Amino acid sequence: MAPANDKVLMKGNEALAEAAMRAGCRFFFGYPITPQTELAAYMAKHMPGRGGTYLQAESEVAAINMVYGASAAGARVMTSSSSPGISLKTEGISYMAGADLPGVIINVQRGGPGLGGIQPSQSDYWQATRALGHGDFQVVVLAPSTVQEMADLAYEAFDLADKYRTPVMILADGMLGQMMEPVVLPDERSLDSLPEKPWATVGHGHKRAHNVVNSLYLTAEELERLNIERYERYAAIERDEQRAESYLTDDADIVLVAFGGAARIARSAVNLARAEGIKAGLIRPVTLWPFPADAIEPVAERGARFLTVEMNMGQMVDDVRLAVNGRAPVAFYGRTGGVIPSPEEVLDQIRALDAEGGDAA
Amino acid sequence: MADIKELQLVLAGFGGQGVLFAGKVIAYAALLEGREVSWLPSYGPEMRGGTANCSVTLSDEPIGSPLVTAPNALVAMNQPSFDKFIGTVRPGGVAVADSTMVPEVTAPEGVGACAVPATALAEEAGLKGLANIVLVGKLWALTGFCDRATLDAAIEASVPPRKAALIEKNKQAIALGIEA
Repeated sequence: MAPANDKVLMKGNEALAEAAMRAGCRFFFGYPITPQTELAAYMAKHMPGRGGTYLQAESEVAAINMVYGASAAGARVMTSSSSPGISLKTEGISYMAGADLPGVIINVQRGGPGLGGIQPSQSDYWQATRALGHGDFQVVVLAPSTVQEMADLAYEAFDLADKYRTPVMILADGMLGQMMEPVVLPDERSLDSLPEKPWATVGHGHKRAHNVVNSLYLTAEELERLNIERYERYAAIERDEQRAESYLTDDADIVLVAFGGAARIARSAVNLARAEGIKAGLIRPVTLWPFPADAIEPVAERGARFLTVEMNMGQMVDDVRLAVNGRAPVAFYGRTGGVIPSPEEVLDQIRALDAEGGDAA
Repeated sequence: MADIKELQLVLAGFGGQGVLFAGKVIAYAALLEGREVSWLPSYGPEMRGGTANCSVTLSDEPIGSPLVTAPNALVAMNQPSFDKFIGTVRPGGVAVADSTMVPEVTAPEGVGACAVPATALAEEAGLKGLANIVLVGKLWALTGFCDRATLDAAIEASVPPRKAALIEKNKQAIALGIEA
């Protein structure tokens, strides 16, 4: 008896690691931390067989600088960590952004601040979308919501990183990393099919001028020019790469907005609300930066009310409010510290909004 | 037999009793039948000698929250786990307890509680350490969450190759649980 459609049952952490290698990732540098450890362990087991390098660095800071080096040499490279470890990597991520280096960084989030806890959380939203290091820069942030998406978005992240010469972060959480679901793994890419990197610092036998990979520019005007050029690229990303999934939003009076693990709970809550006759729907941002404002705006325009559901104290709700821009009320519900909200408690919030709406009408 | 195909299951016990593996067998059964399935373990320091549990959802629809907070089935392998989760089981649901480890099995109105001395039965049958799989057999007998043949196939799929010698014993444990 074989599973249907070549599906395999894998943990999110493992599916992500396998998909990354299938996308051509041949270098992984990391440092262990719960709840992402299976990801690194899977890399350790399977990278050597593909002729790649798995290296457990002496620290997160060392690991991200190894990513910088491998990327500068043109490799597809990845690191992974969980919240406190990501904070340590931010210096290196800023350097990568400043040197226009592609690379994929995984954050399997846990509760914070500080060492916090090890249970699932989404409290690094602001860090990922606002300040993943110092300076004027953004990174593309992708938010998987299923084990299938852990694989699919990891696979695509390398292409996005190479296309725009930017670090790409996958913002997962402990729930998605630890859970198993059926997944169809993407095809193994031949390394010959990967994009050319004429800027990479590789040997060329004096056939061209040497390439420089650097983030230090002491002339203010030159640094300004480079930053402006980079923001032109960011504008293209905001125009072309926004992604969101809409669920039952067409006739919805109350539209939930939730990403990643919280979106699964929100989806269950929407189904419970619909069963009671409340017209609820869900917009699930798949890209957190660029934030999918294009999916929110028309729904705000027609007067639906919003409820943002997050596993934090209220972070993405800022972006929802910016996209709604005063056209509709935006409420927030969240649990923090590693507590996963239940669909029933989200349903209570939907009921309360529905009752308010009835009063207003 | 209650017919529960849309299973929302919590399995709980001490770390080392195999509740995560038991959940994995059930998840594989759904995978083999082409259904939707999610398996979510508890993780963290509480697993070292403390309690371990996992949530398993089998469905024909896409699965929302993988964390089962209101199960329609419970498998409990020790008293603290039984006491912790029995109150969360929905009316119409079932609870299977290893009565070797859970001396007090009382369930709320509407929940079908079933006490199986799985640890003792497994040891008598020369299947020491497979009480978890005996309970999977009993759960299947109570709910019919997959075809009978799928259950054996799920054992084959979830036992790692280096432990292939244990496949037959696991299948015996399934049969033992079904008859218990």
